[in-house]
Amino acid sequence: MTTRLLIAGLLALVLAALFLLPYGVSYFYIFVATEILIMGLFAASFNLVFGYTGMLSFGHAAFFGMGSYTTAMLLLHLQVPLVWTLLAAMLTSMLLAAVIGFFCVRLNEVYFAMLTLAFGMMVFSVAHQWRSVTNGSDGITGFPLTEFGLGLDLQLANPLVYYYVVLVVVVLAAALLYLVTRSPFGLILKAISENPERVAFCGLNERRFRLIAFIVAGLFAGLAGGLFAPFNRVASPDMIHWSHSAEAVLMTILGGSAYFLGPFFGAMVFVLLETWITSYTDHWMLVLGIILALMVMFFRRGILGTVLDRVLRR
Amino acid sequence: MTEPLLSIRDLTKTFGGVHAVDGVSLDVRPRETVALIGPNGAGKTTFYNMISGRMTPTSGSIHYDGEEITGLPPHRISRLGISRSFQITNIFQELTVRQNVEVALTAFHGKALAMLRLASRDREIIDEAYALLERLGLEALADQRAGVLSYGDKRLLEIAIVLATRPRLVLLDEPTAGMTPEETRHVTQLIRRLADSGDYTFLVTEHDMSVVFGIADRILVMHRGQRLAEGTPEEIRNDPEVKRAYLGEEEEEAAS
Repeated sequence: MTTRLLIAGLLALVLAALFLLPYGVSYFYIFVATEILIMGLFAASFNLVFGYTGMLSFGHAAFFGMGSYTTAMLLLHLQVPLVWTLLAAMLTSMLLAAVIGFFCVRLNEVYFAMLTLAFGMMVFSVAHQWRSVTNGSDGITGFPLTEFGLGLDLQLANPLVYYYVVLVVVVLAAALLYLVTRSPFGLILKAISENPERVAFCGLNERRFRLIAFIVAGLFAGLAGGLFAPFNRVASPDMIHWSHSAEAVLMTILGGSAYFLGPFFGAMVFVLLETWITSYTDHWMLVLGIILALMVMFFRRGILGTVLDRVLRR
Repeated sequence: MTEPLLSIRDLTKTFGGVHAVDGVSLDVRPRETVALIGPNGAGKTTFYNMISGRMTPTSGSIHYDGEEITGLPPHRISRLGISRSFQITNIFQELTVRQNVEVALTAFHGKALAMLRLASRDREIIDEAYALLERLGLEALADQRAGVLSYGDKRLLEIAIVLATRPRLVLLDEPTAGMTPEETRHVTQLIRRLADSGDYTFLVTEHDMSVVFGIADRILVMHRGQRLAEGTPEEIRNDPEVKRAYLGEEEEEAAS
């Protein structure tokens, strides 16, 4: 009970800090914080598939990209209020996840990973090659950011305002995703990640559950992507590239996949390190590689995971 | 004579020309406890694997409650009311003892797709899980991680998972394997108590003859994939062929 209070207290503190952040840091770090929140949601959605269900996907950026393009194109062609573009982003990426997942969940482990990678590459080439629709490697740019919708009068083009929009949306989405992990459905996913066969002998079609987890994860990745396009002012093929999928994997491993907030923490470490290290040296990938190697060799439960393990004495 | 609950005809499974199970037929009537015995490699586990959907038979048929279930996937067979345990402990080591049972209960009550409410607030499931753990004497361990349980308690937990889906037909694959004499007695009594409740029909494989003779209404003896004998414990005890093929081998094993 005391650990629960401690965690609730810490969480309240983190949230308060996030809401007060713009009063304490420069404009630059508001950008950084926005990116961390969006990437944190992306990594957390990936972790529903990876940490909770036990499937390593290398194609998760496809859904992030789908969300980005949906938002960007709706804003460009139809000037739809942002909130509706976000809902549309969730819908389109969910549908894409249903199609890709339908094939992928038939396979296990390394074959699952390879098939998600293959589908990710296909989605990337569509975005890259289908110029008349996606504008090729330049991506979708120049879309106006007019209104948020729901009768709210928000100056979305102001980075400070957009930070708060992202903060509220990500916190709500994270709360929802957390609820999913703690629901009866979430319990079944954990059971599947550990022993799919036993779940089948309890009367559940485990493949169907893995597909649903994949679709739910795709939906949240699409929301993250939908938030990212207006922030980045472009929806481009790099967001779908497999290296972007790998970022979700890296962030999750950095933070720790066993705790819900691990991927968010990992996203923070990743984005901050990238920001700081690239300002000193071009060897960001080398440093990242070293950190990752150390993590995998010595701190397999991730930074936040290792710390929380100590605190909770697991 | 009542209709059999499980009716198996000429069940055969071959692996690359080897007949693991070779034309075995068996009827199990409701509320009966049938023991399946035979030396290692007799085909008992393969037989179970076909009934529970883990393997598709090469030929033959399985009917359950008048419905053909040959070759159905495990989750469909489980849904029909057949639940099995495994020879090698097959539980969720990383989940708590209570969660292990809750997984099966969630599946049984059709709540596995509920995403937008907390599992920890579901009184129906939690209370039922506790009741089941109490029945097996595991309630004190409810919040322990299943992986840290003693071997005997893990085997009991496995039985709890099996019972959680409220099966009519329970297949137990060597439930007392590797247990201490004390634990074996406990499990034997448990099975007898469950059988006497009249809620279950049991098919049990077992090496320990004292367990077999203590619980079985009828015994099927398998040898090299085939049916060697079938009868009451008394008949099996006095069957000369069984003595030669099986009980004799045990003595050899004991001697070596």
